[in-house]
Amino acid sequence: MSEAIQFLPPRDSVMSRRAAIVTDLAELLPPECLVHEARELVPFETDAFVSYRRLPLAVALPKTTAQVAAVLKYCHRYGVPVVPRGAGTSLSGGAIPQEDAVVLCLSKMARILELDYANRTATVQAGVTNLSISEAVGTDGFFYAPDPSSQLACTIGGNIGMNSGGAHCLKYGVTTNNLLGVKMVLVDGAVIELGGKHLDASGYDLLGLICGSEGQLGIVTEATVRLIAKPEGARPVLFGFEASEAAGACVADIIASGIIPVAIEFMDKPAIEICEAFAHAGYPLDVAALLIVEVEGSEAEMDAMLQSIVEIARRHQVKTVRECQSATEAALIWKGRKSAFGATGRIADYICMDGTVPLSKLSYVLNKTAEIVESFGLRVANVFHAGDGNMHPLILFNANDPADAAKAEAAGNEILKLCVDAGGCLTGEHGVGIEKRDLMRHQYSEVDLHQQMAVRAAFDEGWIMNPSKVFPLDGRA
Amino acid sequence: MQTNFTAAQLADPQVAESEKILRRCVHCGFCTATCPTYVTLGNELDSPRGRIYLIKDMLENGRPADEQVVTHIDRCLSCLACVTTCPSGVDYMHLVDHARIHIEKTYRRPLADRLIRGLLAKTLPYPGRMRAALTLARFGRPLSPFLKRIQALRPLAAMLDLAPSSPARSSMAGLGIPQASGERRGRVAILSGCAQPVLDPGINDAALRLLARFGVEVVTPEGEVCCGAIVHHMGKEDQALDFARRNVDVWIRELETGGLDAIIITASGCGTTIKDYGHMLRLDPAYRDKAAKVSSLAKDITEYLAGLDLPRLDAKGVTVAYHSACSMQHGQKIVAAPKNLLKTAGFTVRDPAEGHLCCGSAGTYNILQPEISGQLKARKVKNIEATKADVIATGNIGCMTQIATGTAMPILHTVELLDWAYGGPRPQKYKQKAAS
Ligand code: SF4
Ligand code: SF4
Repeated sequence: MSEAIQFLPPRDSVMSRRAAIVTDLAELLPPECLVHEARELVPFETDAFVSYRRLPLAVALPKTTAQVAAVLKYCHRYGVPVVPRGAGTSLSGGAIPQEDAVVLCLSKMARILELDYANRTATVQAGVTNLSISEAVGTDGFFYAPDPSSQLACTIGGNIGMNSGGAHCLKYGVTTNNLLGVKMVLVDGAVIELGGKHLDASGYDLLGLICGSEGQLGIVTEATVRLIAKPEGARPVLFGFEASEAAGACVADIIASGIIPVAIEFMDKPAIEICEAFAHAGYPLDVAALLIVEVEGSEAEMDAMLQSIVEIARRHQVKTVRECQSATEAALIWKGRKSAFGATGRIADYICMDGTVPLSKLSYVLNKTAEIVESFGLRVANVFHAGDGNMHPLILFNANDPADAAKAEAAGNEILKLCVDAGGCLTGEHGVGIEKRDLMRHQYSEVDLHQQMAVRAAFDEGWIMNPSKVFPLDGRA
Repeated sequence: MQTNFTAAQLADPQVAESEKILRRCVHCGFCTATCPTYVTLGNELDSPRGRIYLIKDMLENGRPADEQVVTHIDRCLSCLACVTTCPSGVDYMHLVDHARIHIEKTYRRPLADRLIRGLLAKTLPYPGRMRAALTLARFGRPLSPFLKRIQALRPLAAMLDLAPSSPARSSMAGLGIPQASGERRGRVAILSGCAQPVLDPGINDAALRLLARFGVEVVTPEGEVCCGAIVHHMGKEDQALDFARRNVDVWIRELETGGLDAIIITASGCGTTIKDYGHMLRLDPAYRDKAAKVSSLAKDITEYLAGLDLPRLDAKGVTVAYHSACSMQHGQKIVAAPKNLLKTAGFTVRDPAEGHLCCGSAGTYNILQPEISGQLKARKVKNIEATKADVIATGNIGCMTQIATGTAMPILHTVELLDWAYGGPRPQKYKQKAAS
């Protein structure tokens, strides 16, 4: 792909000491916890934002908080950049390393430490996958609410770094609303605990600050999260429309009427076809846009809410309404939706945008997006969390054609600016990473940015934590 | 994702195919979560996505395989859980096949590794040699603890530990194939197999009885050899293709002379390979079409039985934990049929947790990678035992041997339970375990 997005130049002080750094790290970690052979570093050069790649200096795979602390302390002392990594599923390049960085990957720290049903909390290591928490507590009637589409693979540590959302966040909130406490290692190796098993702590809400800090304020090694009791029942319903605008307007009306379903997901025709090919969920193929609306509660509650939603949908000329008939069918409907990005690989390479807009602007932004992408001669598929206006246009392109790739990136930038100009923001849940870094000035003034950077500097004066991300490279104080 | 191959590289049809597979991968990472080795080791390099990337780097640079790549590819079980999980439809199976062939051609393994692999490739596919080896193994078992102390010899110890303690005999030895009874419903060939008849002849005996009872004529054409899976997974391509061609000849001859509705396979590991003959021989114009025909005729025994509409029987009061072999659920995508057959036959069926994870058997994997295999076995057995079922059913001899060394629960082939339910004898293994 084009190299429009720059990385910080490697630090000479680090590059000239490469061999010594590896030798030193080998003192701190057991052999199976350190990767440094050139060949073996290659698979760590990128994440799910695969257009950009940088070979790291080494990869540490610690098994304990103490090992994380030892590595951080060392890197802090010698000014070696550190790039945290969970499962490497970031769509914004949050885990892409740089030549002078040590990747600190928490994939070996994947144990569930405590399930406390009395307090409705789970305490887990940061490398535990999002879905495995819900799986561990499912038979006891609980679940962990935020459900990013990559929940099968993505880790809680990564979710905290990006303040991840998901389809069901419309009702239950994003990661920050479900995180109660963390154990984390500060840049100098000090280990602190924030929060606990309760909803608020005295003093500053540092936990809120950590959540979404993209691995720049320290490394979370353990997290205590809220468990939620499963509803009595849950039912996804499919609403098919003849036009995307109608579906968009319908979403705005549902929310405006005060109804909050658990999830309202949107798919346009290309997305429906892609997902159906993988999941065989029985999505209607003869509509231009599809809403998956999930309601939950008792049968009576679900019926009542559905009835109101159907009424609103009729006002927008809904073409098909299909209630799902079984748990298996419901599972397939969600499987298809959650696999949408990966399944897009069946037809093309893609980059996925993450802008969020006010619901009243949904239809407008959808139309404009189509225009923008078309003006670059590319195709787009839309599949996103409509209920909270979190759009995910997937711009399709051919990664083996550099011109095509450059166009995709340019189109993406225009779409994100459009979202900001429409009163929204650059990122709903994927984080800024490197992908949206250079657009931050479109959203924030210099004063805003400097204030954020000042907070960052309070944690990491030497800018070693994930340094190429979030803030534009120029104008850093 | 983006790839970097020259036109000259792409002129090689195998490279061209791998390039297409690599292009499909969008590096989303979903597959890591269901990969048994990633779940066990927690290292990207031992995940599907990591392996795909290692293979990509090796092929793009036209490099011979090296120690690092070989380490991580060798740890792959070829369980194909990643193929089931991948939303993008990445054909990891054929990519890793290519990588293994490339390794076999370009990498010289350490001496002990070479000897053990050579020994396996020269014994397992041949029933006569296998029988002799098992006898030797029974005498050699006391040596196992000593062998375990030397890293390079651990595979030998694993081999000795896996050998059953008493020789298995067919209850139908010398009786021939039972005659089909009643209305004739089909004519099929059954794969006799190589390791399975030595380790557990009762499986095919049960299949033959069951098929005959429901009016299916079964033939075992002369000249059939090992399906080639064992050597195929070691990257020994010439030997694998040689096996494949000989079997294709045998079955096509039978098809042309007597007619065949299906080629029945009772070991899903073999089934996955035979269903892939069409692909394995795609570059051989003399065999391409015949091989594709054979692949289209290949059916797992449960897949075939599902088409016979077997009568529903009363509940038996026997609870079965169904273990789906990787080659069954991921390789052949046969998920519901075996369980439905068991339920129809009156068994209560339970699904162990983490059913998508491999038991660690994986062909010769439990011999070549005893540590990871052992961890997977322990995890599998724990999940199976948690079902509190009376008996374990599965459709692959490899899993049966592997799991049997980790639990006291009886483990049977699905078809043995079905044969029993539909009037056959109570399976020996179930009788023994139930009595003890
Ligand atoms: S799930 Fe498929 S597309 Fe995603 S990384 Fe794995 S192989 Fe690639
Ligand atoms: S085949 Fe199995 S072991 Fe190999 S990469 Fe795929 S999931 Fe992992």
